[in-house]
Parts: sequence; C-alpha cells; structure tokens
Amino acid sequence: MAERCAVIGVGQTKYDAKRIDVSMPGLLREAALRALADAELTWGDIDAVVIGKAPDTFEGMMYPENYLADALGATGKPLLRVHTAGSVGGSTANVAISLVTAGIHERVLTVAWEKQSESNAMWGLTLSPPFSVAVVAGAGGFFAPLVRTYMHRSGAPEDTGILVALKDRRNALKNPYAHLQMPDVTYEAIRDSFMLWDPIRYLESCPSSDGACAMVMANGSLAGRTARKPAWVHGTSMRSEPVQFAKRDAVNPMAGRMAAQDLYKQAGIQDPRKEIDCIECYVPFSWFEPMWMETMGFADEGQGWRLTHDGTTALDGSRPVNMSGGVLSSNPIGASGMCRYAEAANQVRGEAGEHQVDGARIALGHAYGGGSQYFAMALFGTEEP
Amino acid sequence: MRAVAIVSFAQSNAESENRSEVEILQPVAAEAIRRSGLARGEIDFTCSGSSDWLQGQPFAFVMALDAVGSWPPIKESHVEQDGAWALYEAWVKIQTGEVDSALVYSFGKTSPGDIGQVQSLQLDPYCVAPLWPDLDSLSAIQACACIEAGVVSERQMAEAAARSMRSAQDNPHAVRKGDFAAEDLLAKPYRVSPLRDHDCPAYSDGATAMVIVAGDRASQLCERPVWIRGFDHRIDPPALGVRDLTRIPSAAMAAERAGARLDKIDFAEVTAPYSHQEILLRREFGLADDIPVNPSGGSLAAHTLMSCGLNRIGDAAVRIASGGGDRALAHAAQGPCLQQNLAIVLEGE
Amino acid sequence: MDIETLVKNATPLRGPHVIEYPFRRSCGPVLSRFFSGLREGVLLGIRSATAGVLVPPSEYDPLTAQALDEFVSVGPGGEVVSYAWVSQPRAKQPLRHPFAFALIRLDGADSGFLHVVDVGGDAARMRVGMRVAPRWAVERKGEIGDIEAFVPEDEARPAPPVLAVDDKPVRSVLTPIRLEYDFVAGRAQSIFLRALAHKKIVGARQVGGDLVYVPPRGTDPRNAEPTPELVEVSDSGTVVTYSIIRVPSENIKLELPYVCINVLLDGSDLPIFHVLQKCELEDVRIGMRVRAHWVADDQLRPSVESIEYFAPIDEPDVPFERIKEYC
Repeated sequence: MAERCAVIGVGQTKYDAKRIDVSMPGLLREAALRALADAELTWGDIDAVVIGKAPDTFEGMMYPENYLADALGATGKPLLRVHTAGSVGGSTANVAISLVTAGIHERVLTVAWEKQSESNAMWGLTLSPPFSVAVVAGAGGFFAPLVRTYMHRSGAPEDTGILVALKDRRNALKNPYAHLQMPDVTYEAIRDSFMLWDPIRYLESCPSSDGACAMVMANGSLAGRTARKPAWVHGTSMRSEPVQFAKRDAVNPMAGRMAAQDLYKQAGIQDPRKEIDCIECYVPFSWFEPMWMETMGFADEGQGWRLTHDGTTALDGSRPVNMSGGVLSSNPIGASGMCRYAEAANQVRGEAGEHQVDGARIALGHAYGGGSQYFAMALFGTEEP
Repeated sequence: MRAVAIVSFAQSNAESENRSEVEILQPVAAEAIRRSGLARGEIDFTCSGSSDWLQGQPFAFVMALDAVGSWPPIKESHVEQDGAWALYEAWVKIQTGEVDSALVYSFGKTSPGDIGQVQSLQLDPYCVAPLWPDLDSLSAIQACACIEAGVVSERQMAEAAARSMRSAQDNPHAVRKGDFAAEDLLAKPYRVSPLRDHDCPAYSDGATAMVIVAGDRASQLCERPVWIRGFDHRIDPPALGVRDLTRIPSAAMAAERAGARLDKIDFAEVTAPYSHQEILLRREFGLADDIPVNPSGGSLAAHTLMSCGLNRIGDAAVRIASGGGDRALAHAAQGPCLQQNLAIVLEGE
Repeated sequence: MDIETLVKNATPLRGPHVIEYPFRRSCGPVLSRFFSGLREGVLLGIRSATAGVLVPPSEYDPLTAQALDEFVSVGPGGEVVSYAWVSQPRAKQPLRHPFAFALIRLDGADSGFLHVVDVGGDAARMRVGMRVAPRWAVERKGEIGDIEAFVPEDEARPAPPVLAVDDKPVRSVLTPIRLEYDFVAGRAQSIFLRALAHKKIVGARQVGGDLVYVPPRGTDPRNAEPTPELVEVSDSGTVVTYSIIRVPSENIKLELPYVCINVLLDGSDLPIFHVLQKCELEDVRIGMRVRAHWVADDQLRPSVESIEYFAPIDEPDVPFERIKEYC
C-alpha cells in the first residue's frame, strides 16, 4: 500500500482547431505512442488504461472508451473511463496514479482527449431541456459573471486579464504543441479584441481544440530506469461541491481551497508561496489566473492580480504560471486538465523545452470543472518523496 | 490488499419514473447511508456512474450531486460507466490508504429516450453506427453464432428466461416476473430472431447506492460484513467481426483474476442482458450446473442501465448478509455483446 | 392559484427534447482509403498479425495495437457468418422492409463485416453460410452507405460507375445524429413550472433553516435533505452579477448583444440566470433592482419562458455589502 508513483512518460498531440488529418483513435494514439516512446515502453508493457474526456455529446459517442479500447492496447486489460466535467483530465490522471499507489498495477497508461471539431462546443454545452430558457451562452456565458464579481470584489486593475492573456500567448510561442501561435500578439491587440461575454474578450478566451494528452505512470521500483528523469508524484487531491446553493462562493470556491490544502499537507508543504516553483493551472478565461492564485493560497484574497502585474507569474518570474501557454492557448476540453499535469511533470523532469523553468523542483498541476465546483490537483517533484 | 466490505446497499427500479434523477436517487442514497450506520460526514469518498446520453443532457452527474449532498466539499469522482466501475474506483481509492470508506451510487433513466437508438451511439462511429443497429440486433447476431456453434439452443435460452422470471417473483425490484413454462415462451413470436421479448433486457429506471468500508470498522458496523475477496475487470476489442462471439475472454479473465476459481462459489449474480449471455457466462466462469445464477432474476427481470452491474453486486451482498450463501461471484458488463466485464468475489464472514 | 392547489395538481410535465447534430468525422489515413475505395466500388481490408485480414480495415491490430498498413483487396462476394432477422425495421435503419443485420466474411478476409442483407423481406431465404455480394448505391459519397445492402450473390451486379466524379481521397464522413427524448420534469420542477403559468415564482425552504432555493430541486444541495416546504417569492429582485453576451450560440435565439443577469429574487437565496432588457448596456450594474416582465396572459405557459425578460425598476441600488454573499 501507498506505493510510490512517478510519471515516466508524457505525450501530447499537436493541438489544433481541426485535426482532420487523423481519426479519433488516431488522435489518441498519437499522444499515447509519444508517451510510450518517452517511457521507453511498448503497448505490451502496460497493465491498465485510464481514459478521460468531457461530455460525450462533443463527439456524439456513448462509451467512446469501449470503441477506443483496442486502439490503446487495452485488449485483455482493465480500462476505466473517468468524467468529472472540465477537471476530468486531472482526475483521470489521479485515478491512474491511484492504481499505482494502491499497488494494483505497476505501469498505467492514461489518456485524455477531445475532438471538438466533430461538432461544436457552444452547441454541445448549451443543450437546454424543455421548459427552460437558454440564456447562458456556453462556458463563457457561465463564467463571465464570476469574473465580473471578482473584478468588483478585488478592485483589480481592468487590464489584469489582458496581461494574463499576453503572457500566456507569448509563452505558447515556446511550445510547439500549442494550438494558438500568435507571434505578433500585443497588449493593444488583446485590448481591442471583440468582447464576447463582457467582461471577457475574444483574445482573453480559450480556443476550441482537437487534441489528446497521455502519461505513463510507474511504481517506485520501475521509475528511474529510463534515460529521462521521472516526475515523482508528491500528492494528488480532488474535491467537489454543489453547483448551486444559497450563499455559495463560486469565485473562490471552498472545494478549490480544500483541494489545495490537502495537496500541500500530503507533500509536506508548509508555505506554497516559497516551496512551489511553478504552476500549470486551468485558466480558460484570463481572469481565472488571479482567481486561482488566491484559491490555491499563492496570494491573499483580493490580491491575486498583483502576481500578474508584478511579473511573479511570468515565465521568468519567481513563480511562473502556465509556462506552456495554458488553456488559453490550447483547449481540448477533456484533455486540458491532463495537459496541465503533463506540463507540470515535464517541468520537474527538465523536459519542458523552450518553456522550461530553470531549476524547477516542485510543480503543481491544476484542473477545475463544472460550475467552478470540481477540482483535481497534483504535485510533482524531482526527488522521490 | 486491505480488507473492504460492503456494509449497506439500496436500490430502486421501476418501469418508468416521473421523478427527476435527483428525486429518484435521493431516497436511495439516504437509505444506503442510513443502513451503513455511518453519518454522511463520516464517509470519506464518493464515486458514481452514469451516462449523459440517457437523459440527453451533458454533465447529468453534476446535478446528481444534489441527491447525495456535497457540502462541505467532498472527495468525489465519477465514471461514465456502470456503477460497478465506480465501485472499483472507490475500492482502489481505499487500497491507496487515503480513505477508509466510500459511498458508491449510480442512476439510469432510460424511459425518456429510445434506448435502442441511444445505445447505437456506442458503436464504431464510422462504419457501424451509421447503419443504426440496435443492441437487440447485435445480440441476436451473437445468439445466432452461438446456436450455429451448438453452444446454446433456443430452448436453453427460454429456460434461462423462465428461471429468471420465476426467481424474480421474490424480488420487489423486478419489473418483469412470473411463472412461465419454457414451452410457452418458445411459442412466442421473435422480436429480432433468434431473440424473443423475454430474451431481451427488462429496461427500467432507477438508482442504486452502496457503502463500502475497510477493515475492523466494517465489522463494527454490521453483523455479517460482506467482504470483497477479489476484484478485476477486463475488456475485449469492440468490433464484433474480430471476436469469437461464442466466447467472452475478458469475462473469463476478470473472474480468474478476481479469484473466482480458487474456492467454491455458492451462487452467482451476473449481468446478462440477453438470455443466451447467461449461458455463455456460466461457461466462462466455469460454474457447475447446480450453482444458482441470478437468484435476483438479473437483467431479464430488471435492467436499470448504468446501475445493473452494481445491482448484481448489491443483490449478491444482500443475499450473503442474510445467510443465503457464503461466497458469491458477481459480475457487471458493458458494451455490445459483453465487450467489457467486471468480476468480484464476495464472502460473508 | 395558491401553492397548495399547485402541489395537489402537480402531475409531472412532459415535453419533447431533441439532440441533433450533423457530426463530421475525419477518417485518418486508413479509413480514408477504405471509403475512397467504396466510392469506386472496391472493397479493401488490411492485414493484421493476430486476426488476419480485417474489414473494415483498422489502423491497429485489435489484440496488440500494432500499427497496420498492408491493404488487401477483398470481396466483393462473401459468406454470411451470423445474422439477426429484423422483422420491424427502426426508422433510421437502412431498409424499410424486413432485412437482416449480418456479419459477412468477405472473400479474402478473416473478420466479419457488419452490414445488412436484403432478401426482399423473406426470412426464409436467410441462412448462415449463404453467399452474398454488395448492391452498390448508384450515387456514392465515400461512406458506409455506398453499399446499400448485401444481396444473394446471384442477384448482385457490378458497381455502376461513379456518378459524381471526385478523385480526391475521402477525408471525412458525415454521420448525423438525431435523438428524441420525452423529457419528464421532476416533481419539484413541475410545481415550479406550473406556478410560472400563473405568474407565480415558487421556491423551496431548507428544512430547519431560513434559506430559500429557487427553483426548487427537491433537495438542499448541501446535505441532500428533502425540501418539501414550498414558498412563493417575489418577481422583483437584485442583479448580483451579469455579463453582456455578444457571441452567437446555436441554441440561443436572443438578439445580440443581450444582458445575462444573475438575479436574486426577493425572498430567495439563490440567484437565477435570466435576461435583462429595457436598459442601456452601460447602465447595467451590480446591485440594480429589476422586476420580471411576464409574457401576455394568453402566452403564459409552464415554462421559464413565461418570464420574457427582467427590466429595471425605479428603486435605489442595493449596496454590495448586502448582496456580496450571493455573488
């Protein structure tokens, strides 16, 4: 029990609006094969497969994991399918990790994906049943009022969101997998971009992407046998709360705060502001960076925006956030959370390429979903815990 | 492995429900928690299984949280699979040592949609789903292959159905039950040949909830805890054309790994939505003819999609807890023609 | 109508719910060749190490997941391995008269190919082991339906030449989905909706507390306790937050831009989403007072649409301090 677990392989597809060059199985295999190659393994070495994705309406398939089983080498193996809304990429990896830490399997492949181009995200997220009135336009329609509340509560400068977007879009230029590559992006271009869900602008929003992300988890005795370094799992956490109840704080949700505290406790982190080197967190709309910085304890309540303005969260800052360009640059919804984990793991493995943070020893991966009510997080470190 | 026991179980099944999913699930979850002897806040982990397609709403499981309570925030996860796989995830979580107890639930309401059509969406989306074969037709292809190979006969299928409906007479949750002679069933018309209505699942709406607890705490909570002695699940390739439809290798493998063949089994509860599948599973599990299969009536008596696997496990646990046997094999399945299979061995103390 | 009467008369509401989308699926390299072949009237399989020649071809071995790329010509004739006789075809299935779904082993292939067999509706003509061959569609698009059905081999004809000549490889297939549901609103929701038809807004009070949930869901989401006590709340309320929507959405019929408000009705403790009208965009603000504008009496229905929109009322704004717990 309580086996050690490490990420020994990471694979991502190139993210794009429409990956019409591949089938659905082809998309997943692209990521999975890269993760296997990274781990110096083949399909036969894997004991179990855990698949995650967000709603099945996006691709119009029921139990898509069953159709994908043999594409991922799962024939004759256990296969689980996780769905916890937008946080699914994170919680899927958490389940894969638990299969290893429970001592049930030695090597587990986990894959999360979305092929949004098969349909349309705005359609897939706004299917209203009878007797209701459809007024909430997709995810942006739901989250824009929360952003407005945050702005109102914190008194943050109005261009905080613009600065976050500028940072993440520039970081994406250093990530060859990132969907949006905007070499000419400027502060002004973001400021002047179209207001979609006021106060959220077009260039402050995530795209709809096709893509898949995969990781190979191994137990303590198998990790460290490959040329590339493992990313040791120092903790995982998940929390959920109801989407709506009287006096719920949906801007700084208790579930997010508890998940972060649980994570730090597991990893023996006393002060996350000092001990965590970099963060990949789920920011689908730019203002969520300062909001989640507060939820995770990197800033006091109402002060998270300062970390953007003073450069703390920049790639060369003291605690960079979304070095890969984040969800703002690539958003295959069901995979987006796992991309955060994968990028965080690669930071401590020293495998983050041009967006590597020098000397990153502890990195945090974060995902959230539903109405800011589902949270999944993990901490990765260079050292065996 | 940590010893984990099923300490409580509750289910509802009805041909069709006018209540919402939350309204169906709430009393069932409350009942399972009440019977467990634990307070809601004492349960460490929650895991559920459901499918968005049944109600045609993305994120249906998000609303379902209202039925179990999640404040203060809870450690929670969800699989887009039968509740039996949610139970597996919860059991794994307990094995990590991070938690000691879990609430597992699932719900399915098939009556609002055309379930035949909805389930076609699980097939190869390029080459098969566009022809809209329903599961009745695919299962009929499997039954035909089995009859052709001499593995089952229509008479055996009718006997299995008659036995299910007879057993279900004692099951208040069954929606199709009665005392029928196999001859009379064989005289009925085909639905999709070689399958007749009684060879096909008795779809129902409903919800299921279960509480599992690790170690000594389980023994304190109930007189006769039902221990999970082995637990495994496996999957076969999806394409029917590459499978030998008379065999279910993943079912045999899961049962083997769960330890079903290590010691005597008193009875089995299996997920066989179609009558011939009970016969196939009996063979894969190596169950002798005198071992009762589906004393609950199984899916031919009540098939609550997304809950039926967890129901089989719960039914087996309840039977053991009440002294109706010491050791049982319970099984869940998903995917066309039993593509994915889960086996669990339960034992009373 | 008072709440008691509403509750007494509350039979559940039913209504049609449709999910419809023309999913377009990219094929990838292997299925692209298969579908391009079908358009030409040619059947292709692919060789695998563990399962022989597969039709339809797969990108990977079903047992080992190894990548596959060795295409093999198969068919067009083959043998029925197993079948199901469909005496009452469903609406979306390929044939209107009785037919068989069958696994067909094409000549040169090892796997069964799932398709339909048309024997003119005569079940007696179907048997395992019978020889069949494709009846090709005249107009072929590069999709599975390019084979209308398999027929007894002696009735089969060679594929007619392609009508719409397009020599570009098939890169995607259109697979439309339409699912119809008979949606049933639950008990609590049905009461809420029926009250709206009487211009009343009903909430549920938490057991042992003062908090009121609108709309009622049957339980308190925090602890899952049932909330049987129903109360009427005001149709006036306070905007606790809002956004201005300028992006079109497939399922939303409102004219852009529109203001989406989270409005906390007086007497309720849960803001609801709705639309604000009769207000300049720049005048919308947190704390402003609004009231429901109901549709004309003859338009009232048990639906949230009975409230056409919310409009500002001439009352002083509510200070943020008083609503901050609801934002």
